[in-house]
Amino acid sequence: MSPEYEVVIGLETHVELLTESKIFCSCPNRFGEAPNTNVCPVCLGLPGSLPVFNKNALELALRAALALNCTISSYSKFDRKNYFYPDLPKAYQISQYDMPLARDGYLDLVKNGCLVRKVRIERLHLEEDAGKLLHSYEEARSYVDYNRCGVPLVEIVTAPDLRSPEEARLFLELLKKILLYTGVSDCKMEEGSLRCDANISLRLAGSDTLGRKVEIKNMNSFKAVQRGLEYEVSRQEEILRAGGQVVMETTRWNEERGITIEMRGKEEEHDYRYFPEPDLPPMVLNGEFIGEIRSKLPELPVQRCFRFTEEYGLTPYQAEIITSSKNLADFFEETLEHYPQPQKVSNWLIGDVLGLLNSMGKEINQVTFTPLHFSGLLKLLDTGTLSGRLAKDVLEESFLTGKHPEEVVQEKGLAQISDEQKLLPVIDDVIKGNPNAVSDYSGGNKKAIAFLVGQVMQRTRGQANPQLVTGLLKKQLEG
Amino acid sequence: MELFEMTAYEAATALQKKEVTSLDLTESVLKRISEVEDIIKGFITILDSEKVLQEAKKIDRLLAEGKEISPLAGIPMALKDNMCTQGVPTTCASQILKEYRPPYDAHVTEKLKEAGTILVGKANMDEFAMGSSTENSSFYHTCNPWDTSRVPGGSSGGSASLVAADEIFFSLGSDTGGSVRQPASLCGVVGLKPTYGLISRYGLIAFASSLDQIGPLTKDVRDCALVLDIIAGNDPRDSTSVPREKEKYADYLGREVRGFKIGLPREYFEEGIEEPVRKVVMEAMAYCDQLGVEVEEVSMPNTLYALPCYYLVATAEASSNLARYDGIQYGFRAPEEDNLIDLYRKTRNQGFGPEVKRRIMLGTYALSSGYYDAYYLKALKVRTLIRRDFEKVFQNYDLIVTPTSPTTAFVRGERIDNPLTMYLSDIFTITANLAGVPAISIPCGLAGGLPVGLQVIGRPFDEGRMLQFCYALENVLGFKGLKPGIPAKGVLRDVS
Ligand SMILES: [Zn+2]
Repeated sequence: MSPEYEVVIGLETHVELLTESKIFCSCPNRFGEAPNTNVCPVCLGLPGSLPVFNKNALELALRAALALNCTISSYSKFDRKNYFYPDLPKAYQISQYDMPLARDGYLDLVKNGCLVRKVRIERLHLEEDAGKLLHSYEEARSYVDYNRCGVPLVEIVTAPDLRSPEEARLFLELLKKILLYTGVSDCKMEEGSLRCDANISLRLAGSDTLGRKVEIKNMNSFKAVQRGLEYEVSRQEEILRAGGQVVMETTRWNEERGITIEMRGKEEEHDYRYFPEPDLPPMVLNGEFIGEIRSKLPELPVQRCFRFTEEYGLTPYQAEIITSSKNLADFFEETLEHYPQPQKVSNWLIGDVLGLLNSMGKEINQVTFTPLHFSGLLKLLDTGTLSGRLAKDVLEESFLTGKHPEEVVQEKGLAQISDEQKLLPVIDDVIKGNPNAVSDYSGGNKKAIAFLVGQVMQRTRGQANPQLVTGLLKKQLEG
Repeated sequence: MELFEMTAYEAATALQKKEVTSLDLTESVLKRISEVEDIIKGFITILDSEKVLQEAKKIDRLLAEGKEISPLAGIPMALKDNMCTQGVPTTCASQILKEYRPPYDAHVTEKLKEAGTILVGKANMDEFAMGSSTENSSFYHTCNPWDTSRVPGGSSGGSASLVAADEIFFSLGSDTGGSVRQPASLCGVVGLKPTYGLISRYGLIAFASSLDQIGPLTKDVRDCALVLDIIAGNDPRDSTSVPREKEKYADYLGREVRGFKIGLPREYFEEGIEEPVRKVVMEAMAYCDQLGVEVEEVSMPNTLYALPCYYLVATAEASSNLARYDGIQYGFRAPEEDNLIDLYRKTRNQGFGPEVKRRIMLGTYALSSGYYDAYYLKALKVRTLIRRDFEKVFQNYDLIVTPTSPTTAFVRGERIDNPLTMYLSDIFTITANLAGVPAISIPCGLAGGLPVGLQVIGRPFDEGRMLQFCYALENVLGFKGLKPGIPAKGVLRDVS
């Protein structure tokens, strides 16, 4: 990308809310049921059925809006967005048009403790999800699964403030972090509980008019968002360089081919004929209710990250990693309650614990390894019961079995051997078996002792206390 | 006197006193249906008579066991065919829902079943409740029992004619712009449109959601109060249903009405009204002196704009409400479609009748971008003005009285080709829907041998006092009990 052009990106994100039931009926809000089993007359849009707004969805949407620094509308309403599609059983979606639940928020994009950009949130509104079409190419038929109909969504629309595909990805990562922290959504892009469309245009650097924008849909991962936008940046730049004009259109990102494909031109855009939903009364929210929701908000990742550096003396890098997930940060702080040494906990957490989690593809809350296990392990290290090497083995075992590290140590007899009587015969054996190393040592090569210590460690399956072994070896060789 | 001629209250009283059984009443009604339904054609679906009689026997058993039953238990009734009945066809008189059997009961269906009333069938109507003559039914038209060459009114024409012809003790209709009151007026029965929000719309197939309200069609005012007692009340499944303490409407009947103040809005007596109708209504109002009720002329200047306002709001909502009939999930689907758009087009083109299509087009246009402000938004503003007209009058008056319809029942075919003339049938009734206030039509006399209805409009949720006044007026008018007198399969006679 040449500095000649500036990239302008705005994102529209749809997020499914973690409510017990759907937004306008009492069907459970669940993913992955057999098609058309999680439905009722209301979410099927059967003649005569009427929507009843789920207050829990309102609460979660408000939580998201407050976490995104939005102004909550004291008066907002639902509208009908009218269009025909087989996955939309009423042929209209209950959404919010000119009076969204919240407006005018922002998010600070921070990277390594530095503010990258302030991204304005234009609006946040509530709506219902549609069903899903399943195409059978062999049968040349399409089926409709209505299970997802009526799943509560919030749509979050940013201003065109993002300046690169990478910033778009960073924004989404931060958004996900916040929504996970606040318990608003599980943000699983692969299950569709977080979906993102992007508007992108290029303009001459320094210009303040917007170029012609292209909308990209169907980007199903954070990486896809970045890749799709990068593709579009180079495509548009090529057009502009050749003196051409970008055509306003809606495109689909094709992950396999790595290109965007036109869906429809802007001139074919629907007239959704929005009008106020007559079946639902407007929402009038008082400050007291909003204040109550605000008071229940957890500490948000940015604040927590800052606090971790202040309170625990972590580096911004450490704090950012640990607060990247609420569960991980909670795990960290709970461990500190039993073992108040932040640096040590942080090092082990970022190094070994995260490493194990990554290799298992799991989150900290998905394993049976608890803060009590973790602090127990660190204490075993402190008392010298375990060497650093052994501790890693015990950690892994504890991770896999859910057993307390002490239990693992006992069962496997993994405790560090600090008994001289047990170590001396091994040391004698090693000295006898490695005459070359011994003569090197005697000849003044003091480094040769490390080899001999290693041999002892090997024979004791790493259980020997290395300091003790070094001392004993020196005594034997020099004495 | 035949059993079917009784009012619901008379029949229920005889039942409770064990003078008759529910089986007797139901058999009597079924016999009456077998005699006159060929002429009237008020039903779309008549339930299997064996099953209906079984239901009646159930109530008789409860009575025999000495169980307490609710006031209208054991009384046969009918529902307009836009109210959902589980497993029983609910067609809205449309080809597009011809085969449709809902998997659930509407709120009112539930309430009436709980109360032990006996569902006999589903009444004919204008397709999707759009019309004022029941000529828009896609199945067949219904006749007015007073003169079978004339329409019963609409859209609840089946519900009204069935009650007028004694084929049923009472029925429910739905009223979006007069669809209960106008046919009640044309058929000489009582028809109430309650306050918006008094009766749950859950399971009522929507025409225009912000205007639709279910109401009873009955032989007299007492029956109206008794039916209202069953179906009124809050329902959490309808967010526009208003939570308020349940009233007992029958208790209002017989209370003193002396001192009531009534406003007669001059705009309802000037233009478009047939002179004989005006005369009958004014003569009826003359009885107010005798009741000690004060009557004064008032003005409601925005009445003039009600018709265009109504046809914008109602059609806009309808265009959206009826969009779901797309041939995908249920109902009629056109055969031999080429692609998705083609499927939608053919299904909706073949499935809907001309009046429904006309209104969908009107409503779609009114909501289209670039027209919304000029049409829909403006209509909402006019709606507010009309509501204010009512609020103003109700500051000084208890009730408002107007004619229900500008004419008596008109001859079938007379207006069907001219939608605008047809729309004028509703000019006196649509304001109550736009304002959300309750309004009732009671028979007040005959003009040219045809019934004339008098409309009483009240403050929101003031149905009790409306019924109180109507009951008193009904007593002094002496119209009650006047029957169209259709002989069994014979020549009809004019009672005037
Ligand atoms: Zn549902």
